Amino acid sequence: MGQISFTANLRRHVACPPVGVQGRTVREALDQVFAGNPQLRSYIVDEQGRLRRHVVIYVNDAAVSDRDGLSDAVRPQDEIFVFQALSGG
Amino acid sequence: MALDVLVATRKGFVRLARKGKAWAQAPAAFVGSPVSAFLDDARDGRLYAALRLGHFGVKLHRSEDGGATWTELPAPAFPAAPAAAEPPAGGEKAPAVDMIWTLAAGGAPGELWAGALPAGLFRSIDRGASWSLVESLWNVPERKEWFGGGYDHAGIHSVHADPRDPRRLTIAISSGGVWKSDDAGAAWRHVGKGLRAEYMPPARAYELNVQDPHRLAHCAAAPDVAWCQHHNGMFRSTDGGTTFEEIKGVKPSVFGFAVAAHPRDPLTAWFAPAVKDECRVPVDGKLVVTRTRDGGKSFEAFGDGLPAAGCFDLIYRHALAVDGSGERLVMGSTTGNLWVSEDAGRSWMHVAGHLPPIAQVAFA
Repeated sequence: MGQISFTANLRRHVACPPVGVQGRTVREALDQVFAGNPQLRSYIVDEQGRLRRHVVIYVNDAAVSDRDGLSDAVRPQDEIFVFQALSGG
Repeated sequence: MALDVLVATRKGFVRLARKGKAWAQAPAAFVGSPVSAFLDDARDGRLYAALRLGHFGVKLHRSEDGGATWTELPAPAFPAAPAAAEPPAGGEKAPAVDMIWTLAAGGAPGELWAGALPAGLFRSIDRGASWSLVESLWNVPERKEWFGGGYDHAGIHSVHADPRDPRRLTIAISSGGVWKSDDAGAAWRHVGKGLRAEYMPPARAYELNVQDPHRLAHCAAAPDVAWCQHHNGMFRSTDGGTTFEEIKGVKPSVFGFAVAAHPRDPLTAWFAPAVKDECRVPVDGKLVVTRTRDGGKSFEAFGDGLPAAGCFDLIYRHALAVDGSGERLVMGSTTGNLWVSEDAGRSWMHVAGHLPPIAQVAFA
């Protein structure tokens, strides 16, 4: 099982402790998190499911490339990090 | 007497209370977060605040205790596009709300309207617990020609529900003109004849769809009277926004964003002028408020208590407000200054000077 963790800056707005996730893609992993924490969804993706413009997600040390579809592959041992982009400051 | 002022700023929601001659600033809510709009709903005392978080999107909160505590609600959002729906070449990308620009009370208890950027109008009938897009307006063919005024997208900044029949709505879009509905948003008609767009080729200057009303303000006691601060001029309507007459030659300028309508006197309104669209600062560095008391035939410019030289304060479209008496006004600037007038705009008290840029003000 992989783990997904969130920028501490997001915890100011909504509870989002690190959690273990399963899923073959970033989308599947996030959907799993959102199922247990629905309030978190709108902070990470917009109403069309696209990654918010000033949020970035890394799978291990690589930023996801499919920001709209979030189809980037995730392996069981991977770590996913949700950060805020510097651009949104 | 108690006199509270509510202020939406770039870095939080601020409440100031007057105690004698001094003003006390309560601890801000949403510190660090841009507050784009709020509504103090006089019908039930609930307070709503819309946030535009730089990273994490648009959020909506409601307070049942005057702003002491807040609960997050679902924010207005566009319907999700069908899965795997790719826009056609050159087509429109599925929209997402970028900002709530205005919140307004509707007719039935708990009915609320939210105007957004992009220019979606959203309705709630349950005090903000859920929202739905007014599809009838989103689907008007004219929307394809709307364009952003200061933002990448067009947006709805003014929503007025007629107190005589709250199903009668008037909205203003920057830039997409003025629209009216008689049936709570089921059907819409484009209005605003007489508005004039200086930024268009002459042959298109009076087209309804190219108009950039910066703010539309109705007289509460005579809602057929509406004042419009437009991108290149000032206008007044006596038929609820269906037609307008231009107010010309006002000194120091006819450009600005804000306008406040007297709540009882349909001949009185206040404006906050700036140089012009390409130079959005007070004329000669001197901040004034202009007031007419004869329906726009003549104006006085008041600067007593306002910066007289060297200032850059711009008053955004929701940052000039009048109370129910028509005597008290509150005004906030992009430079974080806040003033209150208790003599109908003739003189102003400087209430705060170190706030973030101010988006909206109101008396509580």
